[in-house]
Amino acid sequence: MTFKSKLGGALIAAVMSTTALQGAFAADDTIKIGVLHSLSGTMAISETTLKDVMLMLVEEQNKKGGVLGKKLEAVVVDPASDWPLFAEKARQLISKDKVAAVFGCWTSSSRKSVLPVFEELNSILFYPVQYEGEESSRNIFYTGAAPNQQAIPAVDYLAKEEGVKRWVLAGTDYVYPQTTNKILKAYLMSKGVAESDIMVNYTPFGHSDWQTIVSDIKKFGSAGKKTAVVSTINGDANVPFYKELGNQGIKAEDIPVVAFSVGEEELAGLDTKPLVGHLAAWNYFQSVDADVNAEFIKEWKAFTKNDKRVTNDPMEAAYIGFNAWVKAVEAAGTTNTDAVLDSIIGVSVPNLSGGTSTVMPNHHITKPVLIGEIQADGQFDIVQETAPVVGDEWSDYLPDSKNLISDWRKPMSCGNFNVASGKCGGKGS
Amino acid sequence: MKIKFFLRVFFLCVVSALASPSYAQSGAGADPRSLIDALSKADFGEAEKLIGQLAATGDARLVPALNAFSEGDLYFRKSDNLVFIGKVSGSSYELTDPVTGASAGQAAKNAVTKIKINNSLRRVIRSAMGGLTLMSPDRGIRLQAADAVLRSPSAENLELLETAISKETDGEVKARMVEARAVSLLSSDRSIDEKRAAIATIKNYGGRNAIGILMGASASLDPSLKADVDAAIASIESGQRLWDIGQNVWYGVSLGSVLLLAAIGLAITFGVMGIINMAHGEMVMLGAYSTFVVQQVIRDSAPGLFDWSLAIALPVAFLVTGAVGLVIERGVIRFLYGRPLETLLATWGVSLILQQTIRSIFGPTNQEVGNPSWMSGSFPVGGMTITWNRMWIIAFSLSIFVALLVVMKKSSFGLNMRAVTQNRRMASSMGIKTPWVDAFTFALGSGIAGIAGVALSQIDNVSPNLGQSYIIDSFMVVVFGGVGNLWGTLVGALSLGVLNKFLEPSVGAVLGKILVLVLIILFIQKRPRGLFALKGRAVEA
Repeated sequence: MTFKSKLGGALIAAVMSTTALQGAFAADDTIKIGVLHSLSGTMAISETTLKDVMLMLVEEQNKKGGVLGKKLEAVVVDPASDWPLFAEKARQLISKDKVAAVFGCWTSSSRKSVLPVFEELNSILFYPVQYEGEESSRNIFYTGAAPNQQAIPAVDYLAKEEGVKRWVLAGTDYVYPQTTNKILKAYLMSKGVAESDIMVNYTPFGHSDWQTIVSDIKKFGSAGKKTAVVSTINGDANVPFYKELGNQGIKAEDIPVVAFSVGEEELAGLDTKPLVGHLAAWNYFQSVDADVNAEFIKEWKAFTKNDKRVTNDPMEAAYIGFNAWVKAVEAAGTTNTDAVLDSIIGVSVPNLSGGTSTVMPNHHITKPVLIGEIQADGQFDIVQETAPVVGDEWSDYLPDSKNLISDWRKPMSCGNFNVASGKCGGKGS
Repeated sequence: MKIKFFLRVFFLCVVSALASPSYAQSGAGADPRSLIDALSKADFGEAEKLIGQLAATGDARLVPALNAFSEGDLYFRKSDNLVFIGKVSGSSYELTDPVTGASAGQAAKNAVTKIKINNSLRRVIRSAMGGLTLMSPDRGIRLQAADAVLRSPSAENLELLETAISKETDGEVKARMVEARAVSLLSSDRSIDEKRAAIATIKNYGGRNAIGILMGASASLDPSLKADVDAAIASIESGQRLWDIGQNVWYGVSLGSVLLLAAIGLAITFGVMGIINMAHGEMVMLGAYSTFVVQQVIRDSAPGLFDWSLAIALPVAFLVTGAVGLVIERGVIRFLYGRPLETLLATWGVSLILQQTIRSIFGPTNQEVGNPSWMSGSFPVGGMTITWNRMWIIAFSLSIFVALLVVMKKSSFGLNMRAVTQNRRMASSMGIKTPWVDAFTFALGSGIAGIAGVALSQIDNVSPNLGQSYIIDSFMVVVFGGVGNLWGTLVGALSLGVLNKFLEPSVGAVLGKILVLVLIILFIQKRPRGLFALKGRAVEA
C-alpha cells in the first residue's frame, strides 16, 4: 500500500514539477509565494479548493497593484497527499524557488512533516486548517481554529441550549481527533460529566460501514439522558456516516451530531434533507450575513466560473492569512522573514464574518466561533455566534500543557514557556 | 378575477387590522395570529413559550404554520413584522397566511427574514403538533401524531390522548396511542397504581426506546416504583439480547454483501483469468460515476423518472465499464499474459490514469448521488432495525452472483470461457477464438465491477478515490475464498463480513480490521489455496 502510494506520488510529482519549473523563471520585479496543497491523492478533495483560493487572492492583490510595488507570483507544487513529499516540496519552494512565504498543508501530519524544514531554512508557513493545538512554531502561523475556537464552544452550546448530558466522541483514528477528544474529555469531566456518560469511538480512515457504530450510538443514547455526538470524523468517511444516521432514523431532535470537519464543501456531495438540524462549529459559514462575505462569494464564483461552488472555513482562514501577510510585508517594507515575523504580530485584517482578526503573539489569530445547523440546501443556519476568541495553542485542560504559553515577541521569543518553572522549553513539540 | 383580487385585499386588511392592535399587547390574548406574529421578535426561549401557548389553543388550523416553522419556512415581513409561511418561487417568496392558509401575495427575498429555529424548538413543535393532530380524520396523520407524542412525551398531552384513545377505531393507531399515554403518564402527577400499570405497558412495548424511556423516568418516579422499573428494564434487556445477536448477523451479512459486490468482478478477472488487476477498483468507481451522470441527466430532463435512475444506470454502467475493460485488455493486458509482475504494474498505472481522468473531468470533490425513495429509511423486524438500502444491496449482490453463475455454467460463452482458462491450447484447436474469449471475459469482469459501482454509490462517497478503498478488500475476499471459485468468493465475503461485525463491538473498528487481516494471514499459511481450493488438473494448468 505504501509502496503503491509512494510510487504514485512520485509519478505525479514528476509531472507537476515540470509545470512548476515553467513558472519559476521570474523577473526581479515579482515576489514569489509558495502554494503547498495536494492536487492528487486522497487529500486532493479538500486541498485543491485552497490552491484555487490562493490563486484568486494573488490575482486580486495584483489587480490592486501587488505588494511593495511588485507583482505577486504563486508557485504551485503538488505534494500528492504524501507526507514526506510535503517536506521535499517545501524545501524546493524555499531554497530553489526562493518564495517569500508558503501557504499550505491540510493534515497535521503534513504540517509536522514540513515544520523542521521551515525552522531550518527560516521561512514562513501559513496553515489554514483547524487543528488540535499543542504546537507553536516561530515560523508557522495557525489561521485555522485551535480546539478552544471550535470544539469547546460547540460542546458548551450543546450543554446549554440542548441540555446534553451524555456524550459520544466519535473520530477518525489519527492525531487531530485523538488530541481534540482528549481535551474535550478532560473539559467535560471538569464540568462534572461522569466518565460513564462519555463514549469514545475511533474508526479507520475512509470507514464506510457505519451500521454497528450508529446502532451503538443509538444504544448509548437510550439511557434516558439527552445524548449528543461530537464528531471529529474526517472528510471522506462522513458521507456514509450521515447516510447511515439518516437511514436508521436518528433525527437531530433526538441525537444531534456536531461536527468539526464537515463544512459546505463536504455537504456538497450529500442529500442533506435527512440531516437538517445536525450541527457544525466553525469560524465562518458561507451563509454569514456580511457585505465582505457577499463580495468574497461573488469573486469566488466568478474566479472558478462555477455558480455552484461553495465557500468554507479553511478558505476564510487562507484569506485572513494571506491578507495578514500582505499587511505585515507592507509594514516591514521587505519580505525578509525576520522583519515580517516581527511586524506581523498585532496586525488586524478584516475576516469574512464582518469583524476583524488579529495575529496574536502566539502565532494564532482571534476569530468568532459560529455554530450552524445544516439546512436542506446544504448551507448552514447560524444559531449562535460568540465574540472573537483568541486561539489557545497549549490547552488548559491537558496536564502536560496547562502551564505552557507561547509568546514570539522579543525578549521572550518562546513557543513553550512554562509559567510554573519560569523557563522556556516544556513538554510538547 | 377582479373580485377575487379585491376580496384578497379586503381580507388582508381585515387580518392585519385584527393582528396589529393585539400585537401591541402580545402574549396577553390567546389569539393565534398575534401569538404567531410575536415569533418575529422572540428569541429561542420566548419562542418555546409561544409554541406552548399556540398548542394550548387546541386550534388544528395552526398545524401548517407549526409544520412550516419546524421546516424553516416561516418568515416575517420586515416592513410590518407580520409572520407568513413562505415558499420559494423564483427570486421571491410566495407568502401564505399562517392561520387561514390564504394567499398573501409575494415578497422579494430581502423584504422578509426567516424566523430562526433550532433543535430544541423542533422538539417542542413536534410535541405540540402531535397534540393538535391526534384527532385528525386522516389515519396516517393520527399515526404520525401518536409517534410524535411518543417521542417527545409531555404530561400536558395526557388528557388529549385519553380522549383520542376513546374515539380511536384503528387498531395500530390505538396501540401507539396507548403507548404514548403510558409514557406521558410517567411524568404526570397521576397515582402510583396508574404509573405501575403504565410501566407494564411500556415493558410490553419493548425495544431500545422503552429502556431509554424507563431509565429517563426512573429518577423522578416515586421510590416505591423503582423495583418495577428495574424489573421491566431487565426483562426488556434479556429479550433484546437475542435480537442484538440477530442484528449483528444482519450487519455482517450486509457488510459481506458489499464485499461480495466489490470482489465478484475480480473473481473473474483475477480468479478465473489470473490477471492481477489493480485497476479493478477504478471500474467500480467508473460504475458509480455512470450512476451520477445518469442521475444528472434524469434530474435535468425527466425528474419523474428519478426512482428508476438506478435501474437505468445498471445497463449504462455495465456497458461503459465493460467497454473500458475491453480497451484495457486489447490495449495493454494481452501483451502481458504470463508476466504477473508487469501486469500488476501496468494495470496499476491504468488505475492512476483513470483516477486522474475522472478528477480532471468531474473535479476532486464528492458528487451527490441521490437515494431513490425506495432505498431510504428503515423498518423494524422485532427488536431489529433493517435499513432499506442495505436490504436491497444484499438482494442485489446475491442476484448478480446467481446471474454470473448461470452465465458461467449454462451459456456457450461461459463454456468457452471455462475451456480457455482450463486448457488454452486444446480450446484453441477446437476452434475457439481464444484472444476474443480473453477480451470478453475481462470485459465481463469489468462490467460486473461497474454494476457493483452502481450499488456502492448508494452507500459510499462518489469520488475519484472510491475504488482505492475497495481494492484491498476485494483481493482479500478472492484469495481467502479460493482463487477461481465463485462459490468461494460468496462464502469468503459473507464470513469475512460476519467475522468483522462480531469483532467490531468488542474490540473497536480499528483493531477489528487488524485482527481480521491477521486471521487471514494465518489461514493462508494453513491453506494457501483458500477456502475452496480448485482440485485436479486445472490447478496445474
